[in-house]
Amino acid sequence: MTSENSKIQSIIQNSPTIDKVGTEERVARFQTRSIKGDSKLMGLKMALSMIDLTTLEGKDTQGKVKQLCYKAEHLHDAIPGLPTVAAVCVYPSMVSIAKKALNHTQIKVASVATAFPGGQSPLAVKIADTKFAVDQGADEVDMVISRGKFMEGNYAYVFDEIAAIKEACGNVRLKVILETGELATLDDVRLASDLAIHAGADFIKTSTGKIQPAATMPVTLTMLMAIKDHYDKTGVMVGMKPAGGISTSKLALHYLVMVNEVLGEKWLSNEWFRFGASSLANDVLMQIAKTVNGSYQSADYFSID
Amino acid sequence: MTKKNKETIAMKWSYSPALESKDHINLREKYDLFINGKWMKPSSGKYFKTFNPADESFLAEVAHADAKDVDKAVQAARDAYNNVWSKISPSERAKYIYRIARLMQERAREFAVIETLDAGKTIRESRDVDVPLACNHFFYYAGWADKLDYAFPNRKVSSLGVAGQIIPWNFPLLMAAWKIAPALAAGNTVVLKPAETTPLTALKLAEIIEESGLPAGVVNIVTGFGDTGAAIVNHPDTDKIAFTGSTNVGKMIQKSLAGTNKKITLELGGKSANIIFEDAPIDQAVEGIINGIFFNQGHVCCAGSRLFVQESIADVVIRKLKDRMRSLFVGNPLDKNTDIGAINSKEQLATILKYINIGKEEGAEIFQLACDIPDKGYYCPPTLFTNVAQSSVIAQEEIFGPVLTIQTFRTVDEVIQKANNSPFGLAAGVWTDKGSRIFNLTTKLKAGVIWANTYNKFDPSSPFGGYKESGFGREGGLHGLSAYVKLS
Repeated sequence: MTSENSKIQSIIQNSPTIDKVGTEERVARFQTRSIKGDSKLMGLKMALSMIDLTTLEGKDTQGKVKQLCYKAEHLHDAIPGLPTVAAVCVYPSMVSIAKKALNHTQIKVASVATAFPGGQSPLAVKIADTKFAVDQGADEVDMVISRGKFMEGNYAYVFDEIAAIKEACGNVRLKVILETGELATLDDVRLASDLAIHAGADFIKTSTGKIQPAATMPVTLTMLMAIKDHYDKTGVMVGMKPAGGISTSKLALHYLVMVNEVLGEKWLSNEWFRFGASSLANDVLMQIAKTVNGSYQSADYFSID
Repeated sequence: MTKKNKETIAMKWSYSPALESKDHINLREKYDLFINGKWMKPSSGKYFKTFNPADESFLAEVAHADAKDVDKAVQAARDAYNNVWSKISPSERAKYIYRIARLMQERAREFAVIETLDAGKTIRESRDVDVPLACNHFFYYAGWADKLDYAFPNRKVSSLGVAGQIIPWNFPLLMAAWKIAPALAAGNTVVLKPAETTPLTALKLAEIIEESGLPAGVVNIVTGFGDTGAAIVNHPDTDKIAFTGSTNVGKMIQKSLAGTNKKITLELGGKSANIIFEDAPIDQAVEGIINGIFFNQGHVCCAGSRLFVQESIADVVIRKLKDRMRSLFVGNPLDKNTDIGAINSKEQLATILKYINIGKEEGAEIFQLACDIPDKGYYCPPTLFTNVAQSSVIAQEEIFGPVLTIQTFRTVDEVIQKANNSPFGLAAGVWTDKGSRIFNLTTKLKAGVIWANTYNKFDPSSPFGGYKESGFGREGGLHGLSAYVKLS
């Protein structure tokens, strides 16, 4: 299966240039929004419900994953009425464990695949990796693009690979990780976003969390604009997942402001927006507890996983 | 375990009010004139009221200076010049200017809130733009005070004497800083008149000047109307007049100064072109258009009020522009989330509405942001006109409000011609990915300031000023300093 060259050419041609200074200025404006009172509490709860609680370590074990799944469901039982996180994100080998632990909930199980995080494996291996995750019961697959091929200018390869993984996913939703920390320029972030969207991504995602910088607001804004342009042109919604480096409530609220003002309220649900994070949940919980109880509590009152 | 339902939240997320507190500000009920380091009652005994344009509430009473008061102020400035300011060492002068800058910085929040109350501009802008830039101007020129010989190598530098300065209502504190800082650094003394609708931050600045221990009479602040300004311009003992304001008043000033020996700088109106080429970074250009015209409700002399879009991308730019406008908040300027605040005065609102009507009558297509506007106060929703011609009145005259006209163009030469085809020549913006095109345009556009892939950027070290009916002379940077010195 190879894409028509003309299609790739048209994606490249229609991918606009991005000015970094202007992008950073717009981001600075989102950051001056003052989110207080009811809107803050609503934003915090929204952020919680959008988290993909993640563990992606070489030393992940069944025990670790089971505990994480319990946390996903019981974020902080001391405060009633809290949402659960959106999903738990694990390696393919842990999908069945997570699935079993979360079977009785609506929390999704997301699995990274395609030789995460480097992606330096043959397509056949990546497809097998994806199919394994899907067979194990993953609700969502987070793939990485081939950054090396992208740097070589082989955009057709990148496009075809995403399309092939999408096919291997079947009905499972596909998140495409661009690993923006390696792409370096916003022009490349935009082009990679456009390639991923046209190749069938259900979500585009910034980072693996293994490369610094991970998600940043300028990068996320660039990707949101790609989603917006696609939606304006086709009416098709694509989701967004910034991942890595978002560990405070304040920053999470800034991201939500950005989504709200760029894409609008339609995207303000975990159907279309996610945070890939491991430590964000507790910071949000501490803020919610403060709003509810009127005072900050020590971190020891919040379970680490 | 029970089956738990995920809380699905997909509803409108509106921001709760986030009002900046007014509790910390200190305003008197009545302000006298600041002459010779003292607060003096106006000789006529007359005061006028200044209001908050956001809700029409009363803020303070302010003295109305007449020719007698202006004479006292000029006399005080002359005495201070002769006896103190021209005698002390330049590094001493610098010390005072630095001190004013620091005191302003310490009270930045108070300045920002008062500026917002008096002028109607958003707290976001007065906090993030006006006040910090004003402080930076003092810091910048303080640095030059004892280095004038290096500013103008191989020239003998001397001060002028007494500078009469008249400033507008759009950036009240910032314009005071643009005027006072270089004048003092170069060794001159000052009589400054703020605009009648926005006198309060200049009067707060007078309090800071008092606190700084600046020798009496070096800075005098007289409040009033056009007659007060005329008295300053026509006073025989001023050596320099610096005016920022409308082109009409600027012409009057130049007429009355003809034949005198006074040095003059005028910073007047504008109808600046913001030019978007098809290879531009579109989303950032849209942001630049928004910032270019809606910054400070369009009360900006260098506002990018004439938008030129290359015809091949006009549809997408206009669509994106309208879309971006829908995420602007219009309302109470004291709310930290407000993007567009109040129009400065009832009169200015009437002027803007007049032009909007002219635009409609000329057959241009109007798009206005549908938004709730507070019941009281003066507000105008962000407005754009498409289907505008070069010969339309709304594309020729300065509106000084949140009103953008949009024209299309085909070639580089065409847009240069159209951009220059205006009595004004203050600023321009050029948006393109091509560096060579930027340089081509900057040499051919007749505008004092040209921004490339950005708009409305100000810095104390960068000169600002116009061509043609936009005035002459430069403020900011070394150029701004040269307007306050004699070189021999």
